[in-house]
Amino acid sequence: MIDWKKYLIVLLITTGLFFTAIYLSNYFGNKKIDQLKSIQDKIAIDILSSETQFSLLSELSCKNFSDAILSSELNELGKKLEWGQDNLGSSEELVYLKKYYSLLEIKDYLLAKKISTRCGTKSTFILYFYTKTESCTECVGQGIVLSTLREKYPGLRVYSFDYSIDLSAVKSMLQIYKIKDTALPALVIEDDVLTGFHSLEDLETRIKESFKLQETTPIEGNNNKASS
Amino acid sequence: MASIFDVVLYVLIFLSVYVQVFFFVTFLENRKKIIIRNGKTKLKFYPAVTIAVPCWNEENTVEKTVRSLLNLNYPKDKIKILLLDDGSSDNTFKVIKRFEEYPNIKIFHKENGGKYTALNLALQNTETDFFGGLDADSFADSESLVRIMSYFEKDPEVMAVAPSVIVSGPKSIIRNAQKAEYNMGVYLKKMLGFLGAINVTPGPLTIFRKKVFDDLGYYRHGYNTEDMEIAYRMQKNNYKIEHCNDAFVHTNTPGTVRKLFRQRLRWIYGFINNTIDYKNVLFRKKYGNFALFTLPMGVISIASVSYLFGRIIYNLVHFLYLKIVQLKVIGFNFSVRSFNFDPFFVNTQFFIFLIIFIYLLVIFSIILGRKMTEGKWNLSLDMLYFFPVFGLIAPFWLLKAVYNTILQRKPAWR
Repeated sequence: MIDWKKYLIVLLITTGLFFTAIYLSNYFGNKKIDQLKSIQDKIAIDILSSETQFSLLSELSCKNFSDAILSSELNELGKKLEWGQDNLGSSEELVYLKKYYSLLEIKDYLLAKKISTRCGTKSTFILYFYTKTESCTECVGQGIVLSTLREKYPGLRVYSFDYSIDLSAVKSMLQIYKIKDTALPALVIEDDVLTGFHSLEDLETRIKESFKLQETTPIEGNNNKASS
Repeated sequence: MASIFDVVLYVLIFLSVYVQVFFFVTFLENRKKIIIRNGKTKLKFYPAVTIAVPCWNEENTVEKTVRSLLNLNYPKDKIKILLLDDGSSDNTFKVIKRFEEYPNIKIFHKENGGKYTALNLALQNTETDFFGGLDADSFADSESLVRIMSYFEKDPEVMAVAPSVIVSGPKSIIRNAQKAEYNMGVYLKKMLGFLGAINVTPGPLTIFRKKVFDDLGYYRHGYNTEDMEIAYRMQKNNYKIEHCNDAFVHTNTPGTVRKLFRQRLRWIYGFINNTIDYKNVLFRKKYGNFALFTLPMGVISIASVSYLFGRIIYNLVHFLYLKIVQLKVIGFNFSVRSFNFDPFFVNTQFFIFLIIFIYLLVIFSIILGRKMTEGKWNLSLDMLYFFPVFGLIAPFWLLKAVYNTILQRKPAWR
């Protein structure tokens, strides 16, 4: 005698467990997205604060305007967003957060560049354009090279942008630097556009020579100054 | 949008959770029926039983096996012991010859033909209403037979009763891992017994009514798993198989990875091929839970473990690829960063919760099986060995068994 009722009850329990697991996953996923939002809000306030401070620069000496006031959490946010995309599924919220992040990167870049020019601080900027699609086999290696350089040179600021992001500001940059998806990875160092993979040694020479950035020993805690 | 690979993963996880919940619900339904007897069991009537010990190169263990039969708490004149040497090339025959003076022991010697042929020779020489085998590497607990026979006494419809097989032999990591697995096996077999869905009547001391063989025929080769094939045949003919959880038989388990691999390859190959032979039984409600639960469960287990293993290998290859790229582009310029635990990076995808749930129920099965065999509730160290040993090796014998089935390669006995 087959106890069909039992088969049905077990099916209901299993389905219940499935939905409970989905609920738990969503709950923790939302917590993570909330965390990302709060980091972004903090960065937005940091940047706004920096911009405001920059406007007041005439009344403020460059001595008081140190690198430290620029957003220090962009790097962490970048890593978390990247991980979120791989593990939380590509929800609309994450896409939105990534756009917002790209925008914050651009704002941070423009502000840091202005401060560097005005105050003569030693900073080097790299804009990095990549894609997560499988067509860019060299993007993985290029990302690793840039992370290594960022850790080695605290004064180096790397801003990375997903080529496929649907954001007009990023698209404008792509137009300005004439970057096409067939030429990824692409790097912009002081208005020089480099396409394809560039080795650690190559970029290091450029950083050292072109921008006369003095090599400094990696200092713990400085890593956060750069953004990815 | 989930990929096809993810969908397959979710379906397999759903089915695996279903199987575990099914066992758990069966346990909740029947928990009061699980009786573990202490002390000597008595029967109203002691029917005569023939026990066959087929031996093939078992010179080291067969004596202990026979002694365990002589020590059974069962009237001596009601037990007929048949010792069958299946063409051993070692001293097995010499060892069993020492027992020829016992009035209830008969000794046979034949050319090697496989275990099933030795059992069939025993069946040809059986005059009792009950028949069973005892593998020559296994040792029956003195109360085992009488407890098994009590099931026949209680229910005339019971056609075979399987015992609880537990691990014997010197301790080693491999054996300890098997100990936890066998404990779990005791629990699962009891549940399958409640469902009337047992698919193996193990070589160590399963007792049958002789009628089973008179009606359905003798043992068959069954891909070197004759104890599985006969159970399939019985289920196909709606013959009731029970599990006597408190009848213990100690069995000598493989002590090395290589031997364990060969044994399990034979078992899984046997499962796959017997299931293919009996495919007409699958999902047919007239064959009961055996057709609707046991066989699909086996297929799901093989599919899930193989698929998960495939994904793990894929992820491992991907990880290695990234490491190689890293090595290629930055050489050994790895930075030594202090590791800060950030809960953000803990994977909370929904199937992770379900996999944890499955593991919890597996641990519960092992604990309950241990309670049923050793009478202890607490966690044992054996579990620590179980997960890594079986997690690492099981996928290989599963995949090899599938591979052998496709290429029709038959695994050797040992």
